[in-house]
Amino acid sequence: MTDNANFEPSAAELERRRIRAKAHRKSILISLASTVLFAVVAWFGLTSTPGWSRVQASFFDWNTAVTAWPLVLDGLWLNLRVLVFAVIGVLFFGLILALLRTLKNPVFFPLRIFARAYVDFFRGLPLIIVLYLVGFGIPGLRLPGIGRIPTELLGVVALILTYSAYVAEVFRAGIESIHPSQRLAARSLGLSYSQSMRLVVLPQAVRRVAPPLMNDFVSLQKDVGLISILGAVDAVRAAQIQVAMSANFTPYVVAGLLFVVLAIPTIRFADRITEKFAKREQAGNAL
Amino acid sequence: MTEIDWNNPRLKVRGLRKNFDQKVVLGGVDLEIYPGQIVALIGSSGSGKSTLLRCINLIEGISDGQIWLEGRDISVADIDQDEVRREIGLVFQSYNLFAHLSILDNITLALQHVQGKNQDEAETIAMQWLERIGLADKAESYPDKLSGGQQQRTAIVRAVALNPKVLLLDEVTSALDPELVGEVLELIRDLKATGTTIIMATHELSFARDVADWVVFLDKGVVAEEGEAAEFFANPKNERTREFLSRLKAL
Repeated sequence: MTDNANFEPSAAELERRRIRAKAHRKSILISLASTVLFAVVAWFGLTSTPGWSRVQASFFDWNTAVTAWPLVLDGLWLNLRVLVFAVIGVLFFGLILALLRTLKNPVFFPLRIFARAYVDFFRGLPLIIVLYLVGFGIPGLRLPGIGRIPTELLGVVALILTYSAYVAEVFRAGIESIHPSQRLAARSLGLSYSQSMRLVVLPQAVRRVAPPLMNDFVSLQKDVGLISILGAVDAVRAAQIQVAMSANFTPYVVAGLLFVVLAIPTIRFADRITEKFAKREQAGNAL
Repeated sequence: MTEIDWNNPRLKVRGLRKNFDQKVVLGGVDLEIYPGQIVALIGSSGSGKSTLLRCINLIEGISDGQIWLEGRDISVADIDQDEVRREIGLVFQSYNLFAHLSILDNITLALQHVQGKNQDEAETIAMQWLERIGLADKAESYPDKLSGGQQQRTAIVRAVALNPKVLLLDEVTSALDPELVGEVLELIRDLKATGTTIIMATHELSFARDVADWVVFLDKGVVAEEGEAAEFFANPKNERTREFLSRLKAL
């Protein structure tokens, strides 16, 4: 290895560096100027519309926002709890469905078909319909021995039913992306099918699908707001109540912003792991 | 070294056939290996060497014939395949180390989950092997940080650590840079010295001549010629064998 400490760049290299630095400064200035220009044009475009003052009063009213804020925040706490249970359930059932779909033995044909039909069905069925069917259908059965089922629980069930189907597909893609030679190596060491799956294939598959998995959870996080249609007083429902009382739409904006704020950490986290795995892939690793 | 009991082969193969759809890959192969021996399988690509090893390991189902491991027929339909594979090690051309596990964990995985050893026992055994191949300082590294030769030696050790009755090596040096082949062959030589029974498919003819006790030349799925290593290479009798050997020598 040659010594780099006493390295003196040549005149040609210094000239190259000077020109590159100049080009760099220039592009920063251009991007700054265009951002400012765009913001100014958008602001004037919006505020000069004939109805802007009315829209401003009914969507961005400070006093309404302050009144609605604590109640919407209360509702958001329910969303969070629903989210936690939904995530756990979705991970569990999604994984089970994915594993059922990868079973090769003809004995498991009915299970495989069931998993496949389930995934097809719930990927196609709009979540809002599932919410209606579960939210109003299950209580309608008047199951003996069970009293009134809380609406948030019904919401969790509906979310799990739908999202398990999506997550199952992500898991399955991950399992199938692991090269068969890894399983072959595991089997040749005497590990059983389920041991190879549990100890060799799944750990690698989960790492590989972590980014798309996170994407589904970002999406789930915001769809949690749909449980409001069942009557559960979550952030959206709380906002709706405030809208009705104040005859002003600002609470919706408050709830919307809260959902965005809630989603940002998840989104950043998703970006971070995507980046991390992309780096490993580029390092020439098969993981 | 103890005298070999010629009546009790460690592994015996009779009339092994393997068809993929209409294609006959193995057309009735006979083979036996005795404890402590090395048998070298040679032959051009597509001659059925890998398939033969995979059939012996029961990873590939067979179309006809029988296989006995220490006198027990392991080709019967209701055999516990996982149990048989515990006794037969298989190492691949492409190493196939588990990418998500450290070198140490690659070796301990089967010791723990197949042989039921606890973590301490498994790690002691694994570290002994890693020291033997000079990779003890890499125990915590992941496979992608190792050279091909280091990975392949780890893969071999991962299989040998389980103490298999037969170790199958499927062209373990074919994916390696020429300068890394030597260290892997050295390990195989070392394993033979300590009594491991090995069947190896290989293109390293000079190594086969040096180390193998018996050489089997596969041609189009059948054994075209076989014999003791020295005699086999000195006086090949079959026309196809001579052709194959001279083609490789020319390279």
